[in-house]
Amino acid sequence: MRRRVLPGLPLSLGITLFYVGLIVALPIGALVFKAASLGPQDYWRIVSSGRALASYRVTIACAAAATAFNLVFGLALAWVLSRYSFPGKRFVDAIVDLPFALPTAVAGIALTTLFAANGWFGSVLAQAGILVAYTPLGIVVAMTFTSLPFVVRTVQPVLEDLDPALEEAAQSLGGSDLSIFARVILPLLAPALLAGVSLSFARSLGEFGAIIFIAGNQPFETEITALLAFIRLEEYDYQAAAAIASVLLVTAFAILAATNLLQARALRYMQRA
Amino acid sequence: MKITLDNVVKTFDTFRAVHGVSLAIGSGELVALLGPSGSGKTTILRMVAGLEYADGGTIRFGDRDATRIPVRERGVGFVFQHYALFPHMTVAGNIAFGMKVSKLRRSRAAIDARVAELLSLVKLGGLGGRFPGQISGGQRQRVALARALAVDPKVLLLDEPFGALDANVRRELRRSLRDIHDALGITTLFVTHDQEEALDLADRVVILDHGRIVQEGTPQQVCRAPSSAFVTRFLGDANRLVAEVRGGRALIAGGSIEAAGVPDGRAEIYARPADIEWAREGAGIAARVIRVMDRPESRRLVARLPGGEHVELDMTPETAVGVGDSGVVTLRRANVFALA
Repeated sequence: MRRRVLPGLPLSLGITLFYVGLIVALPIGALVFKAASLGPQDYWRIVSSGRALASYRVTIACAAAATAFNLVFGLALAWVLSRYSFPGKRFVDAIVDLPFALPTAVAGIALTTLFAANGWFGSVLAQAGILVAYTPLGIVVAMTFTSLPFVVRTVQPVLEDLDPALEEAAQSLGGSDLSIFARVILPLLAPALLAGVSLSFARSLGEFGAIIFIAGNQPFETEITALLAFIRLEEYDYQAAAAIASVLLVTAFAILAATNLLQARALRYMQRA
Repeated sequence: MKITLDNVVKTFDTFRAVHGVSLAIGSGELVALLGPSGSGKTTILRMVAGLEYADGGTIRFGDRDATRIPVRERGVGFVFQHYALFPHMTVAGNIAFGMKVSKLRRSRAAIDARVAELLSLVKLGGLGGRFPGQISGGQRQRVALARALAVDPKVLLLDEPFGALDANVRRELRRSLRDIHDALGITTLFVTHDQEEALDLADRVVILDHGRIVQEGTPQQVCRAPSSAFVTRFLGDANRLVAEVRGGRALIAGGSIEAAGVPDGRAEIYARPADIEWAREGAGIAARVIRVMDRPESRRLVARLPGGEHVELDMTPETAVGVGDSGVVTLRRANVFALA
């Protein structure tokens, strides 16, 4: 092997591979193994049942809506936190991480209380004819809450490192604020935004605790895929649970792989000639 | 475009960076703002660009008061110290940026043609498709210049344009900036802390210290008649000797030198290494060689005088001299300033 300057490669690589195997690959392998123990026909029947298909639709549509919201709001939050100073900034900055720290069930109960028809937000929204709790909208709210930090925390450091001279240069060349944002800032943020968005979407697909309290969990209406897998588990139908979970797994993996490719494309200017 | 600064003032928090600077730059002139770090030169440049607003005074472009005009409407080309090229755009994309965001609509073909023209002006033909991360520092500097010129600015402003480059590239780019300036005739103001760069390149040099102009003039004027000890020291190596002035002449051991206009009393004498001569014997100040430094164009001697002062002097490369040799030094030419 070629001599390396940095020491410790065999040891650190060995340890990380061992733990990745133990903590990540083994449970996923067990899941795939369990699902594979079904025959292809049974597997297909379970993952393409009407109820399962409806749950995919609900989960993916709500996750997409939550991610779209987080994309805009998370970018705005990261912008404000990295560009301006205002009283209470450190407090807001700390609060952003709260959804990560809070047990998701607690978040779900709190959101349900707020958005129930007699809750603080819910009662106001109900007058406008908008029902949140026990509707798909409730799922979107719960997903948005639990995945908000991803976009903020991936975009914020990139925004902070952006050289102010780039914007000054764009201004001196006659660029308007809008064209500078669209042509200079946004493209430079794109890789980080993409990473944040894909993490946020993947997290929303897998969210369980916060959603089941607010969703109502009506099959075909407000039942998410993770809950369906859980229901099969409670029925001791481990193979069906694993089959449904494998669909979530493949979807999340496909999304992360696709965004990695997009990210590499967005960063192609970093390559040497 | 003529630029006129009238009593311009800038304060950052409690630090006054620029104290009432007044300056006129003629149309088509190439002027250097020269000073040590913290002298306010970059702040002045940024105020001319509109990247900072002056706290007091006026900046006029031609007859128009530009003090409050924002940078994007001021019509200046600005070359940043570290170029500030857009890393995600190709070289051609960087140069085209100003034309693409301009209110003046141009056809794609017209933009491409202008980009090609600018690339050949800065001698970068064929590199349009590269990204800034894929070209050398000197090439980036040329791209930054081409990008600034693309919007047909009335004024070109450069902040330490060659600061981050090695000596050979620096000299080459200096020459090509001068050529481009002469070809386009665009009023140009640049900031540097390198006196050689300022003297080589500029029609006129403005020397700044602590936010004030201490001297301005052609390179010849400032070199031959520096107005103060600071300017003398800043423009290049100079030996300092303290002497007594009597009746317009400074008295030093073994003779005296002209000190017209300097009042009687203690004064400091500045002499360049090339203005001091060494001889084995004869009239002059007794000196002993304590070091010899060989350079491509000269031999530099460091000699100790009887009073303990060290002087540096440049001799021709053929001079036969060694450490420990004794002899005399004479001042051929010097600048004398009264000591307060």
